[in-house]
Amino acid sequence: MIEARELTRRFGAFTAVDAITFEVARGEVFGFLGANGAGKTTAIRMLTGLLAPTSGEARVAGFDVFRQADEIRRNIGYMSQKFSLYDDLTVRENVQLYGGIYGLSDRQIRERTDRLLRRLGFEHAADERVQRLPLGWKQKLAFSVALLHEPRVVFLDEPTGGVDPITRRQFWEMIYEAAAGGTTVLVTTHYMDEAEYCDRVSIMVAGRIGALGTPEELKTEFGVGSMDEVFVRLARPAGGAP
Amino acid sequence: MSAPQAAVEAEGVSKRFDTAPALDGVSFRVEPGELFGFIGPDGAGKTTLFRILTTLLVPDAGTARVLGMDVVGDLWALRRRVGYMPGRFSLYQDLSVEENLRFFATVFGTTVEREYELIRPIYEQIEAFRKRRAGALSGGMKQKLALSCALVHRPEILFLDEPTTGVDAVSRREFWDLLGDLRAGGLTIVVSTPYMDEADRCDRVALIQRGRILAVDRPAEIGARYGRPLFAVQGDPRSRLIGALRAFPHAYSAYPFGETLHYTDARAGAAPAVVEQELRAYLQAEGFQGVEVWPIAAGIEDSFMALMGAPEAIGS
Repeated sequence: MIEARELTRRFGAFTAVDAITFEVARGEVFGFLGANGAGKTTAIRMLTGLLAPTSGEARVAGFDVFRQADEIRRNIGYMSQKFSLYDDLTVRENVQLYGGIYGLSDRQIRERTDRLLRRLGFEHAADERVQRLPLGWKQKLAFSVALLHEPRVVFLDEPTGGVDPITRRQFWEMIYEAAAGGTTVLVTTHYMDEAEYCDRVSIMVAGRIGALGTPEELKTEFGVGSMDEVFVRLARPAGGAP
Repeated sequence: MSAPQAAVEAEGVSKRFDTAPALDGVSFRVEPGELFGFIGPDGAGKTTLFRILTTLLVPDAGTARVLGMDVVGDLWALRRRVGYMPGRFSLYQDLSVEENLRFFATVFGTTVEREYELIRPIYEQIEAFRKRRAGALSGGMKQKLALSCALVHRPEILFLDEPTTGVDAVSRREFWDLLGDLRAGGLTIVVSTPYMDEADRCDRVALIQRGRILAVDRPAEIGARYGRPLFAVQGDPRSRLIGALRAFPHAYSAYPFGETLHYTDARAGAAPAVVEQELRAYLQAEGFQGVEVWPIAAGIEDSFMALMGAPEAIGS
């Protein structure tokens, strides 16, 4: 569902993403990790059709990121911690707005809005302005909105940053549910326990993929007990300062 | 026992914005030389509290004293003696690393040269980039510059509001090592974080949620007060396993925790060995093969979740 081959992006003399190659299967929860500045955001911007690669190829949901960026944007969902919903609109208005942007019919919007509110248990809050919602609620709502047009692939950029520990886990249950329904999920996080929840994980180091595998495989490969330790080994191989 | 003067003493501190309470009667005490952490999610009130303690915001009710001085009445005297690193990057993006540091030194009537020994362990790590614009630094370097600037006037107490938010796991660890060094030098440090796993780096922590303090203690003590038998459970398939655990008649809660699941039994006084046996038998009867179950001590995140009770709800 995601296929990157030798995908590269240079900014002047700096190579932000350096010939990365990986595939993500349908319905897989793929953890996309790396230290700050390792190239994750640049890679995601290319995979979502927002930034043209310097070289290499990538296909997402069957479309070429280089030539079919519009199709990609129609077939993927995206949510980040930083921007997702309009604070001044109500819950219902946000859902309707995104439904319109994604080109759903009025009837589809009506049906999916009701279904979404019911599933989140948000019926009583449908006419609240999003600004007034607790962060955890916003993030769950933003995720549901990112899935509104039933995309084949959804990109989640630090979806649980700063979220309380119970809501964080409820959020992961929503991720599993989406994946079980066939949606492919690419997710970034700074919570290393969440790396353990992924089917497979890649860890970017200085623009390259430093490791890729199931959490079990990576822990065995590095001879450590947790993904946290795998991450530390990779990001600071010499144990020195950055 | 006559207590020495507290580094921070807050009594019933409250603050509302519009109609929503950001802080609701918060009381606590930080001892001199402590590394004290406020642990809680976004929206818990951490930033509001830090702004009150650093004299940038006036509480609606309650009092707070820092270094024995009132945060409202003594603000000018207090400001010279407090270091503050806000959560959002607060330096001048268009000034260089060196210019930023000089600026903060000058504002407080000192020089970088005079204070160099104090900031050296941190500043050294970014000194190679001293001509670079602050806006062009990486996240980890920005953080180190902000810390250097907060320290350059030799404060007696340092307030760091979410210094590690959005920072990768390795840089976070390095930052906490720096804080440990500063604490060893005798500085009192009050820090906030949404990352529960950072609690263990503090002498004491306050767990905070929706404007209220849920608990204050040493990290290990908070775990010790958990009060219910807690187990790690490992097996496949996880999603079905978690459902089965929640359906167990004595279940209090079951949550994923990294590579394991954490199961809490509702029977507060039950012997762990007995519960463990029952769980094994139950899971076997439910058709799970090779599931591992072992008793564990509660960590901060377990405690936080138990103290939260129900997940956050609107308007409650």
